[in-house]
Parts: sequence; structure tokens; C-alpha cells
Amino acid sequence: MPQLNVNGSTRDFEAEDDTPLLWVLREQLGMTGTKYGCGVAQCGACTVHIDGEATRSCVLPVSALNAKQKIVTIEGLSKDGSHPVQKAWAALDVPQCGFCQSGMIMAAAALLKQKPKATDADIDAAMTNICRCGTYNRVRAAIKVVAKGADPKSAGLAITHVGDHAGSKA
Amino acid sequence: MSRAGMRNAAVSRRSFLKGASLALGGLMVPFAIPFDAAAQEAGIPPEVNAWVVVKPDDTIVIRIARSEMGQGTLTGLAQLVAEELDADWSKVSTEYPTPGQNLARKRVWGSFSTGGSRGVRESHEYVRKGGAAARMMLVQAAADAWGVPAAECAAAGSVITHAASGRKTSYGKVAQAAGKLAIPADVKLKDPKDWKLAGKRLARLDTVDKTTGAQIYGMDLKLPGMLNAAIKDCPVFGGKVKSFDAAAIEKRPGVKKVVQVGDSAVAVVADTWWRARTALDALPIVWDEGPNAKLSSADIAAMLKEGLDAPDAVVGNSNGDARAAIASAKRKVEAVYSYPFQNHATMEVMNATARWTPERCEVWTPTQNGEAALAAASEAAGLPAAKCDVYKLHLGGGFGRRGAVHDWVRQAVAIAKELPGTPVKLLWTREEDMQHGRYHPITQCKLTAALDEKNNITGLHMRISGQSILVSVGMAIKDGKDPAVFQGLNAPGPEASIGYTFPNLLIDHAMRNPPVPAGFWRGVNLNQNAVYLECFLDEVAHATKQDPLALRRKLMANHPKHLAVLNAVAEKAGWGKPAPKGVFRGLAQTMGFGSYVAACAEVSVNKSGKLKIHRIVAATDSGHAVNPQQIEAQVEGSFVYGLSAALYGECTLKDGRVEQTNFDTYVPLKMDEMPKVETIVMPSGGFWGGVGEPTIAVAAPAVLNAIFAATGKRVRDLPLKNHSLKKA
Repeated sequence: MPQLNVNGSTRDFEAEDDTPLLWVLREQLGMTGTKYGCGVAQCGACTVHIDGEATRSCVLPVSALNAKQKIVTIEGLSKDGSHPVQKAWAALDVPQCGFCQSGMIMAAAALLKQKPKATDADIDAAMTNICRCGTYNRVRAAIKVVAKGADPKSAGLAITHVGDHAGSKA
Repeated sequence: MSRAGMRNAAVSRRSFLKGASLALGGLMVPFAIPFDAAAQEAGIPPEVNAWVVVKPDDTIVIRIARSEMGQGTLTGLAQLVAEELDADWSKVSTEYPTPGQNLARKRVWGSFSTGGSRGVRESHEYVRKGGAAARMMLVQAAADAWGVPAAECAAAGSVITHAASGRKTSYGKVAQAAGKLAIPADVKLKDPKDWKLAGKRLARLDTVDKTTGAQIYGMDLKLPGMLNAAIKDCPVFGGKVKSFDAAAIEKRPGVKKVVQVGDSAVAVVADTWWRARTALDALPIVWDEGPNAKLSSADIAAMLKEGLDAPDAVVGNSNGDARAAIASAKRKVEAVYSYPFQNHATMEVMNATARWTPERCEVWTPTQNGEAALAAASEAAGLPAAKCDVYKLHLGGGFGRRGAVHDWVRQAVAIAKELPGTPVKLLWTREEDMQHGRYHPITQCKLTAALDEKNNITGLHMRISGQSILVSVGMAIKDGKDPAVFQGLNAPGPEASIGYTFPNLLIDHAMRNPPVPAGFWRGVNLNQNAVYLECFLDEVAHATKQDPLALRRKLMANHPKHLAVLNAVAEKAGWGKPAPKGVFRGLAQTMGFGSYVAACAEVSVNKSGKLKIHRIVAATDSGHAVNPQQIEAQVEGSFVYGLSAALYGECTLKDGRVEQTNFDTYVPLKMDEMPKVETIVMPSGGFWGGVGEPTIAVAAPAVLNAIFAATGKRVRDLPLKNHSLKKA
């Protein structure tokens, strides 16, 4: 049986060779954090990391992967939402509907790993994910907070986090 | 509690209670058990009232009837209830009642419809009263226990105190007793100036799960034994299925069934969606393309053009005699504009999971209107609504697509009927979503202004020709008039009123309905009407060598709220002061969804005609501002949606079908093109306006007017991608 290394575990799966990685993740491995948006690598909702590279999984046939390649999905970016990008996202209330945000976060995390001090131009070049709600400016602000190692308050949004709500975790 | 709870407290509690919980991939699956029965069975304290449940550990569940689709309504409505409840916000979570429960309880939660930016503005009073009544009941229960008058007790942060005796208790301890009290009829609401939770820049309640992949959308639902379906509807509007060769794909791996859905669609049901989809792609289908097989965008444009001068128009707003003023004018300015079909293109494509038996039909779906989804399910199931229910799942975008017409729900139920007892998840492809939208209505508009010798506008005629959303979605209209067509152009009043006074005015509509389904598209008819009027006034200003702001101000003396937002953006943007070199400004204002909005755009156009939008200053007066940081998020998002539409948004017709099939041909704005947005939230009090939609309408005209200032080119037909901005 073919295998994939996803979020640090080796997983067996059963699918035709031409099945895109996205659908193996969602339907065989039960990880639905990675989204189907277009199926033609245009929107980035399906972005995962393969050996650290941001990759659009909706057009990648699973047969092109081997079990040595390390796949990381949004579920595996951190155990508890504590990756700096996730924390910045929560602190600045970036998501609206949230559907594109797994892909946004994975793209941003890969960018910041490659370019820890990502500039606006780096962000423009790397962040080509589509968001229809229109979170782009907060996405940019959150990436900059991480790139500068800054307090999220520096983004100037003055968001009040109260108690142990989801949103206050960051 | 909050993370799992926010996902859907009702879901997990009821599932847990009935032992019907099916933890698959971490998702708890809802089954239909009325709240009361569930509570009784498990000995959980009953609700205090329909809106508020307080648990013994003081956690509070606030019921929200409207749907969360990114606009923040879960948080905003919860703030309003919690404000009146005097709740400890840190212990608040939310849940959706189902439309079936609403029906069974005589619509105790009111409307479920989540569109028209109405979430807060139409339910603020009764949800606040729900919170206030619950507070009064909790206080009364504590007072009863202490044997003191309720008037001597006070509540704050979920704690009730009796100052005279120094006694204290918490909501959780008295909730059960409170739930047995009569719901008070006379409920007084707080003065907004005393708000502690409402009006504050609180973080959303639903953020963290959206950063970890844990948030479950309709597409992510898993049920035991569930099968997956992919569907193809005839790509030509009005076409039908002639034949298909199921035998050609029935032996493919995982394929369970090939089903004709209605007279126009075919679905393949398989164990996985990918297998269903690839099998469907391999299925030979012959279409009967019907009467629209040759329909093109040019045909539709010609149909609308005829309406610009046709006699069969209905009047939406008028005063004086505009035709006479124009006929006798010294000078006229005239222009024709057009606005195309556009797709909502929600990031999550249409989907629904249905399970049908002869006795019951259940549907799990992202919907903007649970009650409308229930009606659609009931009809498609052939069962009374009382034998059906709809479980709302989080929406990956709505924008109006998931509200009025539940075509995908009908399809899912029709497919599930072919497999009784088996849950079937129908998921559209993006291609299906692009070709079977409920499109932004297509219109054209001819504007004629009469000018006197001092360049004052003495008359304005605005003739709109084109599509009626209400007719297209099957809503009743009277005397051939779709009043929604005139959004933003209405006579002075609380909704969608025009911000100018003209001595003679005629705004009329020649309805022309091409056979392409229209729908409510975020911003609705305000979008094109603001382009038409705001760009045309800019034209008049330039034609008469007047400053566009000065010209507007002359016309706005009777419209102080419209004027206030316009002045606010002009001042903050520095209108009248030099812009950075090569940068030009454009203005727009409008009023709709109960709110007053304006924008000033700053753009530059380089020698090769490339547009850069540098900065947008926006202002919103929504009367009250329930959560200003979320209003800012909605305003920013509105520019992404509005600029996507202005720059790229267009669905064209060829051979009766939409030519754009995915995000490579229907291109939204991306991050590198997104301007800085400075938002002025300026609630003036005394009314409740919506914030999810109105700002979209000012995005395009502000930018188009700035482009004219930069290039001298007047773009009258959207989208911009069809025009060269290169200087001649």
C-alpha cells in the first residue's frame, strides 16, 4: 500500500495514482483543514508544505510523492495553534469566513521560514492566494508583525481580547 | 469550552446527549433533537429563554439565528445579547438553533435570513430584549432565593449582588430557577452610551479554529456511511439532459450510482468525491441546449440598449419635470454606462449533505437562510417541513449566493432520495459554481443632465435598463416595478436614499430580463447605481470645470448624513491639497443597507497604462457601531470585493453559457494590488445601519473618478480590464 509522510506520521492510503494530494488528505486521511477552492492551482486554498516548500496540493498527483517527502498541513503546522503566524493571525483577527486562511497561513509560514524578515515586495510575490472576504490588509499586517518580531499591538488595530476565547489565545 | 463550543455548542451537546455522537475527524455530528427534550433527558438546566442558556459552571450559550459567513455577525449579535444580559464575556459562546426548531417554536428566533446587511440592523431590538429579559429572570431568581425585592439586586459580569445584605451569586447557580419564571413582557433596554460590551473593539469569537484548520465548513462534513456526489447541470441556461451513458462509467472504482437530477443535471455518486468527479468527467452526456443555445453577451447588450430609450419604463423616484428641464436646457451632458454579470465566487463552492427516508429529510449545509433552505429541502423531499430539518454549517463565503435560492439543496435532496437512508454529500466543482451562479444583475444606464448658464444642474434623467433580481429569484413584484432596482436612488428616507437634491429629477427603469439567472450579490443594486450616479456627477463637474466635491456639496445641502461621510473622507484624504506626485484622487458616496458611506481613492497610472491604487480613505456612518474593529474589517473587505468587481469582474455569455469557468478566467483582486485602506467609523447615533455591503458600492466609482483625474479617460463600462488606460 502506498504511503505518505504527513505531519510527522507515515500514513497508508488507497487512491488512484492521478488523485491529487488534496483529495488524499481530505478524503483518505480525514484532514479537512486543507481546502478545495479551484482545483487548478489558482487560489491557494489547498496550500501545504512539502519539504518546507509551499505547494498547491490540488494539482499534485499523489503518485508524484514518496514517503520520504515531508508533508505538513495546517493541522500539523503546530500542535495547538502556537506557530507565530497562527498567533499573529489570532491576535489581529485576520480571518473573516476563514475558508482561504489555512492556505494563507501555510503560504505565510513558508515565506517567513525562507525570508524571516519578509518585506512588502516579498509578501506581494509570495502571497498570491485568493481571499474573497478581503482579508489582505490584515494578512499583510500579521506577516509584518511576525517578520519584525513585533507585538501585535504595533499593528494598531487595538483589538480587545477578553478571557479564554478562541480569539484571545494569541 | 470556547473553541469546541464556538464550532457549534448545540451540535455537540445534543449529539452527546442522544449518544448519537459520531466523532469522525474530530467533528461532532448533529442530529435532530429539540432543545427541550435534549435538556430534559440529560438533566441539563433548560434555557433561561430562547436566546440564553446558562450552565452550572457559568458558561453562557447565546443562540444566534443569523448565519456567520465571515461578516462577524456571531460576535456582534452575541455582544448585543451579552450587553443586556450583563454577562461575563469571557464565558460566552454561541450556537445556532435549527430552522426546524424555529418552526416548532412559532419562530421564537425570528428571521434566519442573513443578507442585505440585516443581521444586526433588523434584529438588534429583539436580541437585546432577549438578553435583557434573561438578565431580569436571573436577577428575579436570585432575589426570590434571598427573599428580597429584585429591585434591590444588581447584576454585572454574570454575578448578582444584593448590596444591602452583601450576598452574591452567579448566573450559573440561579439559571435553573430563572428558566422556570415567566418571561417578562416589559423590558427596558440600555442607553447605548452605557454599553460596556457592545460598541467595543472585541476580538471575534470564531477566530482560532480558522487558524488551525479545525473550523468545519459544509464541504468538510463527514457522516458515517456517507457517499459523495458530483454534478453537472446543462451549461446552457434553460438547457436539458437529452441522454447519458451511465454504463460507460459504472464500473469505475468507487462509483455507486449515476442519477439524473431534475431535467437538466446529472450526478455521479461514489465513495469519494474525487472518484465521483472524475467519473462524471468521463460520463458521455448529450444536452438538449434549448432556446438559448446561441445566446451571447452581444445579444444581451442589444436587448438592454433598446431599453435605454423605450417607452415602457416604471418610475422609481421623481420630482418636478426632468424631461421638460432637459428639453429646454441651454446645455446637456449625457452618457451611457453599463455594469456586467458577475459571479459571487465564494471560496467554498456550493455544497450540501442530505439524508432522505420516506419519513424524514435532513440537510447539512452552509446557508445564509436556514428557513429558506428548510423550505427548499421540504419541497425537494416531498415531505412537510415538520419532517425535515437543516443544520447550518459554517459558510466559506456567502455574498448573497447562499441566501435566496437554494438550488444546491434541492439537488442534494433529489440525489439523496435515490439512496434512501444514505447521507450523500453533494459538492460542486468550481467550474459548476462559475457556470451556475445567480449572477450580479446586468444593467445599462443612460444619464442626461440639464445645465443652466451658471452650470447648475436643473434636471437629471437616469434611465436604467436591465435585469430585475426580484423577478429572477421569483419574488413577487407589483405593477411591473422592482423597487430594489432603485437602491441608493430612492427619495429621501431611511433606506437607500439618494444623497442629492435636483430641481427636476426622473429615475426610471425599463425591465429587461435576459435568460441568465440573477441574484443578490453583495452590495446588490447599490453597486451599479453608485457607479452610474457618482461617475456621471464627476463627468458633469469636469464638463463644467467645477471641483467634484464642490459640485456635490451644492446638491447635498438637504442630505446632511450623506454629506458628513463625504466631508470626512475629503478632509482625511486631503482633498483640495496637493497629492503626492503622479497621484490623483476620486470621490464617491452613497447610502444603502441603512448606512451612509463614502470613499476617496488615490491612484496613479503609469506611461504604459498600468493602474496602481495607492490608498483609499473610507467613512461609514452606521448609526450605531457594535464592533468598530469588525466594521473596519468589513470596510476593507468591501474594497477587495468591490475592486475585484471593478477591475476584473465579468461573466460573459457565448453559446448560451458563461465563458469564465475558474479563477484563471474570473480573476479576483490579489494582495499585490490591494491598497492601504483608512477607515473612519463615525456612528452618529439614532439608527442602525448595516456594514457588510454598502462600502462595496463606492469602491468602483471612487477609483474610476480618480482614473479620470489621472488620465482624462472616462471608463463607463466595467470591468476596467477591458480598457486601455495608456495615454494616447
